[in-house]
Amino acid sequence: MADLSKNDEAVAAANEEALVAAIDAPVERGEPILQVRGLKKHFPLTQGILFKKQVGAVKAVDGVSFDLYQGETLGIVGESGCGKSTVAKLLMNLERATAGEVFYKGQDITKLSGRALKAVRRNIQMVFQDPYTSLNPRMTVGDIIGEPFDIHPEVAPKGDRRRKVQELLDVVGLNPEYINRYPHQFSGGQRQRIGIARGLALNPEIIICDEPVSALDVSVQAQVINLMEKLQDEFNLSYLFIAHDLSIVRHISDRVGVMYLGKMAEIGTDSEIYEHPTHPYTQALLSAVPVPDPEARAHRERIILTGDVPSPANPPSGCSFRTRCWKAQEKCAQEVPLLAVPSVFKGQDTPAAHFSACHFAEEKQVVPAH
Amino acid sequence: MLLEVRDLHVEFHTRDGVAKAVNGVDYSVDAGETLAVLGESGSGKSVTAQAVMGILDVPPGKITRGEILFQGQDLLKLKEDERRKVRGARMAMVFQDALSSLNPVLSVGDQLGEMFQVHRGMSRKDSRAKAVELMDRVRIPAAKERVGQYPHQFSGGMRQRIMIAMALALEPELIIADEPTTALDVTVQAQVMDLLAELRRELNMGLILITHDLGVVADVADKIAVMYAGRIVEQAPVHEIYKAPAHPYTKGLLESIPRLDQKGQDLYAIKGLPPNLLHIPPGCAFNPRCPMAQDVCRTDEPPLYEVTESPVPRASACHFWKECLHG
Repeated sequence: MADLSKNDEAVAAANEEALVAAIDAPVERGEPILQVRGLKKHFPLTQGILFKKQVGAVKAVDGVSFDLYQGETLGIVGESGCGKSTVAKLLMNLERATAGEVFYKGQDITKLSGRALKAVRRNIQMVFQDPYTSLNPRMTVGDIIGEPFDIHPEVAPKGDRRRKVQELLDVVGLNPEYINRYPHQFSGGQRQRIGIARGLALNPEIIICDEPVSALDVSVQAQVINLMEKLQDEFNLSYLFIAHDLSIVRHISDRVGVMYLGKMAEIGTDSEIYEHPTHPYTQALLSAVPVPDPEARAHRERIILTGDVPSPANPPSGCSFRTRCWKAQEKCAQEVPLLAVPSVFKGQDTPAAHFSACHFAEEKQVVPAH
Repeated sequence: MLLEVRDLHVEFHTRDGVAKAVNGVDYSVDAGETLAVLGESGSGKSVTAQAVMGILDVPPGKITRGEILFQGQDLLKLKEDERRKVRGARMAMVFQDALSSLNPVLSVGDQLGEMFQVHRGMSRKDSRAKAVELMDRVRIPAAKERVGQYPHQFSGGMRQRIMIAMALALEPELIIADEPTTALDVTVQAQVMDLLAELRRELNMGLILITHDLGVVADVADKIAVMYAGRIVEQAPVHEIYKAPAHPYTKGLLESIPRLDQKGQDLYAIKGLPPNLLHIPPGCAFNPRCPMAQDVCRTDEPPLYEVTESPVPRASACHFWKECLHG
């Protein structure tokens, strides 16, 4: 009996070993590194104090699927409350998914635990929105950037850490001498560089960036964007770039996904989305972006959406965008449109033939061509 | 001229020294006109607006020099009780963050009605009717039913509409909107900006729009004043500035906008950081970050040079504005 259980343990350890090996295996450029399938996160709404009973759920993420390829940048855009930040937390495994799978190199990370999960966490890192609150004010820059090494000591042995941290500071364009300074001694742009250095510390493969430049001044945003592009080439990183600034997303992304009310409305390459959008929400979103060209004011068609985004606790039936859509018909209230190449474009060799979740998809150019 | 700010200087006395937030600002706005004041954080754009409204925190703030002429009358010479009659009634302000600018424990009807009770001496009942009228005017659906609701029951865009309604209440001649749409999503931003522009036309008001967004400016402004380190560095009609900026800072801002043909390339980035207001560099404040800087820029502060005279004057505070404009 005792032998048998020892045997089981050995098998489990060997399995874990194999998992970690699979997770650390390199992925070819252009192959999917992350595959998200039907991801859902419902936050329960409860009533009562002592005996909490669930009365509903906020459907923050309600069935999202996409692939992230090795070495690419996938931009995710959408209005506040559409679930883009919740997707980021789910991919980081900071929230437990209600349903769905996230395959990282073929392993479903929502089901992993122990050493395998730890290996995944090392390979997927995050850069946060607000550089003022995401750095601990009582820690020096060296401690902040070096903290990941406490959890993953195999990446940098103890005696080597100071040098490693200084190297990282240099990589993100900060003076390595600043290692003993505190966050308040830096400007917003410099703090975001510290946040990026922390994200890079463990040599990750994927970096999830949640609005990395939206808290920065206009003249500093470009500096940080350039840095992120440089780092991507240098370290062969894949970015999931979440932002609401559509022109920055377009600049940095290879592909773009548009989210609305917990679902992916449309996804495609940057020119497919920006020049040939077929989903009415994407069209409205793009047309609402102010264009920095006063000459365009007169001959620009703007689609002004009426009303507000519905509550994710009580989303509309069928297509969730139908309450604000000018094309909505009976069918939209009854059938949920699937994210697929719309049937009108199927088999055609046109940039409009990309994934779009609309029953009445049609191409419409809304961004003035430069 | 509806409003003319002349040579305004504002300082803040802090523990670390004197921060020179505004260093000689001149701008003007006419009835029915939209002036956009563009600048990064710390450029002094909001402090100037607060000085115009008379809501500057004094102390630590202090207006050390200048005039603010509102229809020819210098507001800085008015007594506080006279000033109060101007503020709210003849000029009003829309703030960035509607949720923290509204009182959470009073219904929106009470807050809108207060304007009429305080300034016009109306009864509670009459002021309530006025509140509903205002909410209709800013196109809040079901105004009659929603007038008794509290700020948290409204969405971000609706709250900003309530702020606009409050500013419009007494039909002011001038509205100052300080980053009115920065906290809003693009689709809602478009709704709110359209509303502001429409009301401005309808009521022939002057509008000062304070923003950091070059896109918003291009969409609505007639003329634009670019601020840097407490000074106006360039002033121009909106069409001209986008075509050919006459100051390297404006040029840098315009070039750092991602453009289609730059995909895959580095974005143009203005190097360095905005200056610390406690230690503004001598000469031109922009010189440490400027690609065109020469020795003279490090020693002599450039005056606001006249670029063109008519019909709307254009000015640039750069020694080398000609090179910038043509190069």
